[in-house]
Amino acid sequence: METLIDDWRARIAAAAGSGGKLAIRGGGSKCFYGGPETGERLDVAAYSGIVAYEPTELVVTARAGTGLRELAATLAEKGQGLVFEPPHFGAAATVGGMLASGLSGPRRQAVGAVRDFVLGVKLLNGSGEVLTFGGQVMKNVAGYDVPRLLAGSLGTLGVVLEVSIKVLPLPVAEKTLRFALDEAAALQKLNQWGGRPLPISASAWHDGLLTLRLSGAAAAVAAAERELAGEVLADADAFWDSLREQKQAFFLGDAPLWRLSLPSVTPPQALGETLIEWGGAQRWLRGGDARRIRAAAAKAGGHATLFRGDDALKTEVGVFQPLTAPLARIHRHLKQAFDPQGVFNPGRMYPGL
Amino acid sequence: MEGNSADRRFAVDRPTLIRRLRAVLPAQALLVEEEDLRPYDCDGLTAYRQLPLLVALPENESQAQAILKVCHELKAPVVARGAATGLSGGATPHADGVVVSLARLKKIVSIDALSRTAVVQPGVRNLAVSEAAAPYGLYYAPDPSSQIACTIGGNVAENSGGVHCLKYGLTVHNVLRVRGLTMAGEIVEFGNAALDAAGYDLLALLNGSEGLLAMITEVTVRLTPKPQLAQVVIASFDDVRRAGDAVAGIIAAGIIPAGLEMMDKKAIHAVEPYVNAGYDMDAEAILLCESDGTPEEVAEEIGRITAVLERSGASAYCVSRTEAERLKFWAGRKAAFPAVGRLTPDYLCMDGTIPRKRLAEMLQEITLLSGKYDLRCANVFHAGDGNLHPLIMYDANQPGQLERAMAFGAEILELSVRFGGTITGEHGVGIEKVNLMAEQFGMAEIETFHRLKAAFDEHGLLNPGKGVPTLARCREYIQARVARAPTAPRF
Ligand SMILES: Cc1cc2nc3c(=O)[nH]c(=O)nc-3n(C[C@H](O)[C@H](O)[C@H](O)COP(=O)(O)OP(=O)(O)OC[C@H]3O[C@@H](n4cnc5c(N)ncnc54)[C@H](O)[C@@H]3O)c2cc1C
Repeated sequence: METLIDDWRARIAAAAGSGGKLAIRGGGSKCFYGGPETGERLDVAAYSGIVAYEPTELVVTARAGTGLRELAATLAEKGQGLVFEPPHFGAAATVGGMLASGLSGPRRQAVGAVRDFVLGVKLLNGSGEVLTFGGQVMKNVAGYDVPRLLAGSLGTLGVVLEVSIKVLPLPVAEKTLRFALDEAAALQKLNQWGGRPLPISASAWHDGLLTLRLSGAAAAVAAAERELAGEVLADADAFWDSLREQKQAFFLGDAPLWRLSLPSVTPPQALGETLIEWGGAQRWLRGGDARRIRAAAAKAGGHATLFRGDDALKTEVGVFQPLTAPLARIHRHLKQAFDPQGVFNPGRMYPGL
Repeated sequence: MEGNSADRRFAVDRPTLIRRLRAVLPAQALLVEEEDLRPYDCDGLTAYRQLPLLVALPENESQAQAILKVCHELKAPVVARGAATGLSGGATPHADGVVVSLARLKKIVSIDALSRTAVVQPGVRNLAVSEAAAPYGLYYAPDPSSQIACTIGGNVAENSGGVHCLKYGLTVHNVLRVRGLTMAGEIVEFGNAALDAAGYDLLALLNGSEGLLAMITEVTVRLTPKPQLAQVVIASFDDVRRAGDAVAGIIAAGIIPAGLEMMDKKAIHAVEPYVNAGYDMDAEAILLCESDGTPEEVAEEIGRITAVLERSGASAYCVSRTEAERLKFWAGRKAAFPAVGRLTPDYLCMDGTIPRKRLAEMLQEITLLSGKYDLRCANVFHAGDGNLHPLIMYDANQPGQLERAMAFGAEILELSVRFGGTITGEHGVGIEKVNLMAEQFGMAEIETFHRLKAAFDEHGLLNPGKGVPTLARCREYIQARVARAPTAPRF
């Protein structure tokens, strides 16, 4: 494993010295996400393996190339898991890609995102130094919170080598309910329920149907099921898996896929065909006018990402919502702090970063 | 002990600064007389005292902005201050700087029950948010024991925790958006009213930034629905090791309690006569373990918790029967610091975090150190997340005691790092632990922290001397460390 790092160091130094660029790749399952890859490929999948796992400490440390599947299986043996349900988007998905993409699945609305669970990281910066931030304990405020900063940074700050993540017990009981509701009524219900101590762990609305998952102690799930009185969905795990992995019909086809992250109470936006998750806070759109979508998201107090689209459209409208001038400046300076020569994943997040 | 008076990098001309600030502030918003500055000379870490050049008390964001612009132009350091309950000297003034107290920005701007969010100014007290949200069946989950006094701005700056953060998260998990000012006086928004924002997660950086990256002027917090029921189990142990095992046993059983706290005999003996919480005075340690949720859920979980307690050899336990009794049980824990404060003229509160499995071992080490330094030490732990609060008792008027207390504390923190933990779980590095950062981080990480700060504050004017040591200080620390313990150097 150490020879891998030495090899990468040499490649980083060579790139830094010659104005070269490196495109960091784990399993390649999230290549579609963010700006197009440029530069020489740096494959990190071989740097894999679980370094430490102590169920009673609620933490697992894994090398970046470790497969998400393998990790989930190991944790499940002890009745634990990554409860933010990171999407895999392919069998090759790795821990490093999970952190770099910062994406979370259906249960995010109830438990938090990747960034809420990452406790520590080891990374190679643009000068080839191995840096360690955070740790393996639940509470740690020594130094700035670099581990969380790396969540969603799309590999632009360094090569993630190792990640320590908080794990939690998997829910004892789950039940999925269905309700026939239009978009406005579903949003209203989701927000009202959200204000009550109900064990709601996921939600999805599309085409007049609201699907709601309850997770937790058996008694709590049963009580909520009685009270909410929806129609019980039989093959629920398959439903939530296909939602998380974007295999449902809504996600198929070539039309651009937009992800809108909005305050959960934002009323229906009438921007096109919509699928709503996270209690109203995450909304997917197929197609539509980029300028209108971005403006609507900003007006509502959120942002819009061109989640899937071809390179031409990405280049034209940008993948992520533009930043205000002071934030853009801070981003540039942070990039320089970690990767002064701009070697890693240029343009994956914003042009020039 | 004086703060960073040795730091004379900033040659600030006081009369000019006063003149310029008077031009942008109402008269009552600037304190210049020594007798007015005196109350601002320290925070909760009273061992460090330092008079600031001036104190400014802005009444709104634009006054705060005007102050920063002047200080930025004149290159004067700025120390933000909330309620000054901080325990690491984060708000200790700088000898050449202005303390900016955000205490007057104390409006709850809005509470939105449907979206379960509150927008508050930084000087709003932690408990005031929950009080304002209570009519909607909501509350703000992070509950530091100082919650009657400490401010949301300070909570964000320290990424504060509380006795319920095992289940409900730290400040960073409960804040959606921070609005603030850069040192240059620019308005910036980190995060937003949605669950995430575009770009790097700067909001995560702001949490726990100890006033070094930006001055916080408004915060959007997430509110949590109040559970239908909460009950706490209080268990006695005649051996701290068994109490430590019970903590691991509860987690191993797949239970995440709403709170899991431990107190040792010295802490119990400090608290019980003061609060009458009903703690067992004969126990070597007690555990407080809370369950919340629906009545059925709580009954089921309490059953599983008490089964673990019995297996782990608890000598006795009881479950709160009423809400009043639950609050009484917690009152003792929440008053632990002031209770210890009654037994001693001064105390230092340590804040290391270690893997849970090493709790008992750590307690034994602390007992040995207590003998070595000839100082008493009471222990309260956020046991569920391995966060220790040894309270080292000393008398600052006795020559040498403060130095001994600090050396004692430093050894505990070095041990925390050696056990695979950290020097601070929730109180921050501040001025107190700035040298100990070299215990936990190498030079390359420390350099990265400096570059990261410079991305926000180019001239290093926000809270200089705190949080991250200079590279020169790191080198000194490492040399001294190697000389002291030649067998266990980390570098
Ligand atoms: C009895 C007691 C019990 C405690 N219990 C706990 C506990 O259970 N959990 C816990 O985590 N902590 C605890 N603390 C520590 C302390 O209360 C927290 O750190 C708290 O968050 C500090 O808030 P404050 O308003 O007093 O901030 P201050 O002490 O005034 O400031 C703390 C830091 O925040 C910065 N700051 C303050 N306001 C701003 C702002 N608007 N913008 C930028 N920076 C700012 C300051 O510069 C300083 O670095 C306790 C303290 C005491 C005295």
